[in-house]
Parts: sequence; C-alpha cells; structure tokens
Amino acid sequence: MTMEPKSSLDGQGWLNALVRSREVSLVLLIAVLTALTTVLNPRFVNPQSLKDLMLNVSIIALLVLGQTVIILMRQIDLSISSIVGITAFLSGTLFVNNPGIPSVVVVLIAVLAGLLLGAVNAVLIAWGKIPALITTLGTLYIFRGANYAWVHGRQVNAVNVPGSFLAIGTSTLAGIPILTWIVLILLVVFSIGLRQYRAGREFYAIGSNPTAAVLAGINVSRRLATGFVISGAIAGLAGALWLARFGTVDATAAEGIELTVITSTVVGGVAITGGVGTVVGAFLGALLLSVFSSTLVFLRVPSFWQQAFQGAMLLLAIAVDAYLAHRHALHSRVRWSRV
Amino acid sequence: MSESQPSTRRLASRVSWETILALLLLIAVAGGALLNKDFLTADNWANLLANFVEIALMALPLCLIVITGEIDLSVASMLGLSSSLLGLLWEYKLAMPLGIVICLVAGALCGALNGFLIVRFRLPSLAVTIGTLALFRGFAYITLGDKAVADFPPEYAEFGIGVIPYTFIPMPFVLFVVLALIFWVLLHHTTVGRSLYAIGGNQTAARFSGVNISRLKMLLFVASGVISALAGIVFTFRFSSSRADNGTGFELSAIAAVFLGGILVQGGKGTVTGVVLALLLIGIINNVLTLADVASEILRIVTGSLLIISILLPNLIASTRERLRLIQRQREIAKLGAASVAK
Repeated sequence: MTMEPKSSLDGQGWLNALVRSREVSLVLLIAVLTALTTVLNPRFVNPQSLKDLMLNVSIIALLVLGQTVIILMRQIDLSISSIVGITAFLSGTLFVNNPGIPSVVVVLIAVLAGLLLGAVNAVLIAWGKIPALITTLGTLYIFRGANYAWVHGRQVNAVNVPGSFLAIGTSTLAGIPILTWIVLILLVVFSIGLRQYRAGREFYAIGSNPTAAVLAGINVSRRLATGFVISGAIAGLAGALWLARFGTVDATAAEGIELTVITSTVVGGVAITGGVGTVVGAFLGALLLSVFSSTLVFLRVPSFWQQAFQGAMLLLAIAVDAYLAHRHALHSRVRWSRV
Repeated sequence: MSESQPSTRRLASRVSWETILALLLLIAVAGGALLNKDFLTADNWANLLANFVEIALMALPLCLIVITGEIDLSVASMLGLSSSLLGLLWEYKLAMPLGIVICLVAGALCGALNGFLIVRFRLPSLAVTIGTLALFRGFAYITLGDKAVADFPPEYAEFGIGVIPYTFIPMPFVLFVVLALIFWVLLHHTTVGRSLYAIGGNQTAARFSGVNISRLKMLLFVASGVISALAGIVFTFRFSSSRADNGTGFELSAIAAVFLGGILVQGGKGTVTGVVLALLLIGIINNVLTLADVASEILRIVTGSLLIISILLPNLIASTRERLRLIQRQREIAKLGAASVAK
C-alpha cells in the first residue's frame, strides 16, 4: 500500500518539495515502525493483522479526505463524528424497518443525510459568519444529542443487517477488503480533484491567503459551503460503512473519532494554518496512526496510553509544520508566490 | 475598547447586551417559577448553583483568554486530569492538602505547556489546545485507567456538597464568587485588563505601546490550568468520585457561556459581568429543563444551540444594521442626484 510520491509536473518548487518530503518521511516512518514491531513481535505481519489494519484505517482514512478539504481552507470540522453516528444508526434503521431494501439505496440515503447535516454547518459558517470551530463544536453536541434522543437506548444488531451489506466490511477483492477499495477509489478522485481542477485549487488559495482569494475573484463563501457539504457527505458515507464494518450500532457510535481524524490529517502534512498538504499525505497520516496504535497493542501497552500518544503526535505535527514554514520564510524572499 | 471611536453607540450596544442577558435571566427565573413550584426553593437553588460551579470556574480565565483573541479547548481535560490525579494520590495515602497542592501544580504545568507552545512557537491556540485536549485526557487515563476512586474523607466530601450554614449558597460557589471578583477587578480596573483588551483589539499596536504580550498570554494559560485543576478538585469532592472521564465535554458549556456573555470571538471586547450573567442563565435553563424531566441529551442540544445562537444573533444584528446604513446612504445619494437634476 505504499503510495508513490507524485512527481512534480508543474514547477511549484518548495511546496512540492515540502509535501513530497512529508509523504516520503511518512512512508519511511510507517516502514520503520512496522519493522521494529515485527522484530519485537513476529506475529505483527500476517495476513489477518494486515487485513485488520486495512479495515481499521479505512473509515478514518475516508473521513480524512473531507477533513483535508476543510483544513486546507484554514477551517475545522469537529462535527463529523456525530454525523457518522447518526447516519450509521439511520442506515441500520433503514435495514430493520424495510427488509429487502437494496444496499445502494441505504448508502445513498446515508450520504444524503450526511450532506444535509453538512449543509447546516455550511450555512452557519459561510453565511452566518460563525467561526467553523464554534459552529462545529456546537453541532458536534447538537447532532449527538439528537442522535441520543432518537436512538433512545436502542441498538441495531448485525442480525438485522443483510449479509451482502456486511460483506463490504468482511470480504476482500485481490487481497484488499472492499471497504478499503472504496476508500482508495475516493482517495484517487479527491487527489485528482484537488490537484487538477479549478475548484480544488481554490480550496488551497482560500487557506493560503483568504484576502488574496477574495481579490482573485474566488467566491469564498460558496467554496466554504462546498467544503462543509463535502465533509458532511463523506461522513454520511462513513456512517453507512461504519454499519457494514461493525454490524452493531448504538447511540455512542464513532464518539470522539474527530480527534483521530484531525490528528491523522495534520500528521499527514495538511497544515492547520491552511493552504498546504495533499489527501495522499493525509491518508498516509491515517495509516501511520493506525499502524502506531496496532504497534501499541502488539507491544502490550495499555490502551489508556492511546489518547495521550495521539495528542502528542498532533502537537508534534503542528510544531513541525510551523518550523518548516518558519524556515521557509527565512530562506526565501518573495521568489515564490504562494499557490 | 479602542479610543478611536468614542461614540455612544458602542457604549449603548455594550449596555444593551448585558441588559438583554439580565432580562433573559428574569424571564428564565419567572418561567422556572411558573413551570415548577420546586424551582424557587432553597434546596433547588443550592443544587442549581452547585451544578455549574466547575464550568463557571473554568469560564473565568477562558473569558480573558478569548478577549486576547486566543482560545483554550483543553480546560475540561485539565479538570479530568486533576480529578484523576487527586484520586490516585489519595489512593497512595498522600495527605489530602498535599494532594490538592500537587493537582494545582499539575494544572499550572499543563497550562504552561499550552502557553509555551502558543507563545514561544507562535502556534495557533486552537490547534494546540485541540492537541492538549487529547493529551491531557490521555494523561488522565494513564493516571487512573478505568478505575474509580470514591472513598474520599467525609470532611472533604462535605465541602463539595455542603452549603454555608443558614443559606442556600454551596461552599464551592464561594470560590467562584471570590475568583469572579478578582477577575472582574483585574479586567476592568487594572492596567493588566487594559492591556488584555489592547492585545485583542490590535496585537501589533499593543506590542508597540509596550505591552508584554508573551508574558500576559503565558500567565493567562497558566491561570486557566490552575483554575481548571481547582474545578477538577471541586468536581471530585462534589461527587466523591475520581474518574478519568470526569467532566468530558465541559469545554462546550464553558465556551458557550463566554460567547453568550458577549465576549467577541475576534477578541478585544466583553465583560466579566456579561459572562457571569450568561453562566447563571445557562445554569437556570439547565436546572429548569432538569426539573421538567427533560433528558440530558436535550440539554446537550440546548447548550450547543446557545453557543451557535450567541454568535449568530450579534452577527445578524450587525449585518442588518450595515445593510440599513447602506440603504440609507443610497437614498441620500439618490436624493442628492434628484436635487442636482432639478437644478
């Protein structure tokens, strides 16, 4: 699953160099971590644990795609975990109440529901002019509260979910779980979209320099809204896939994963200050975090250490980004205009 | 708070925001009294005031931090860490006063880490404190795992749940009143307070007028750590329970109170009085809903909505005012145009 770093076709000098080095260093880190753990516990690399690893990383990696778009614009979306929770239960309820409903319809409804919840964020942020942090902190609790009120102690069990749907999370194609294939396809789509298309470049422009973006004629409000709607729709898809992966869903599903997603994205080189980073890097960030937590499990580190490590990694990534940006600012004058 | 615009309109809008809050408070009290006959009892008020002490404590330094244009999302995690640490130290039979001091020092260290990363490395406080939100909660889990410590000595538990004799005022609430007074004096009647507004209003201007921005911000984050740790100690005694997940999500209520209290999200504006009124308002709303047997999940929805509305409403008012002014100006121009045509 090593990602070849993209060759720089266009001459974006330092930006590509920086991003490429982050992607290469992530791949190296993942390799070193895997090697070390394998030495300490040879059972670490076997088909089953590799499959588990891919399944574990898939949903986080999917959410990372949406979060990348958001963080590129110097925004943040904390509400994704609650959207995943609601849409996961929604998907389950659809199966329970409508036996025989096609899986595709359920997935589409989940994506649509996520999209609508994302649109709530979008309206408040883009046109209500409320900072994304405040809005999504609020909706994180509002959506989760609504979810608790709706679920009301119930639970969707794997028995009520058709086997064909659960197969997304269990069966494999060419050795790779179908769930992971879905994420990989979307990764390619997002990567191309953000690199080659005007809308994608505008996300970078907004995060890089919001004032310049406005002066360049970019409709910033609309781009912001698009970003949060995309993030919501991705979270909706992740909700449906959450059900496929775990089978059992209650009101607490996906609680707290927004921290993992944000950490993965930032560790993957998407600067929290906006304008810098790629989805491939963010995906590798998610992979690194996932390998790291399996490492902790294999080394029998108590699971209580997990969260502290995650926080420390986020802080480290922010500090590294700031250091790189600082060094760049020292070494360059106005030779390169930002994207 | 800049001197550039001494117009009375700004003063008027300030007064009106707090007046609005005071009115809302009155409405909430009246509504509570009408809806439930238990609302105005001393027992209920003791309960009401006790229930928001921790959040109120954390909101005080947070208010100053937001005025300087920064934010601290890690407060609830520092509360959890302090609570876990107190439990662990008590389990190791350490004398309680010493344990309390250690927790406060730990809080100061956590705050200092936040401050150090934000001030020294110029990192955005939002990102740093999301990181330390996870880090400090992680430390809490490392400290106590999934255990719970509950056998605290009765005299301390009594401090947590007791009231001042012959009143309905809970003992921990006194802590809040004292600290609120200190913060009020600090913000509104000292040069430090003026400097904080200056930083939030225009950081560059503040630096050129000789304000030591780094030191002030550092002190604020340390204060936030110490007071969050204090809130953790109060929480532990109030529930006689020390757990790693204590206070999870409290940052939402604290932040909601700060913004509802009229502190501008861009910094530079707001008062301690406004925040105290907002805290009381949130406390009363939660209490009324709890008395009405509304489930706790609805309380989350209400707090989240209050947070969003507290910023949406002023924004809408400001943009409407701006639009009206534009329309008026266009009319004046049209009138002038018509007049010149007539000539």
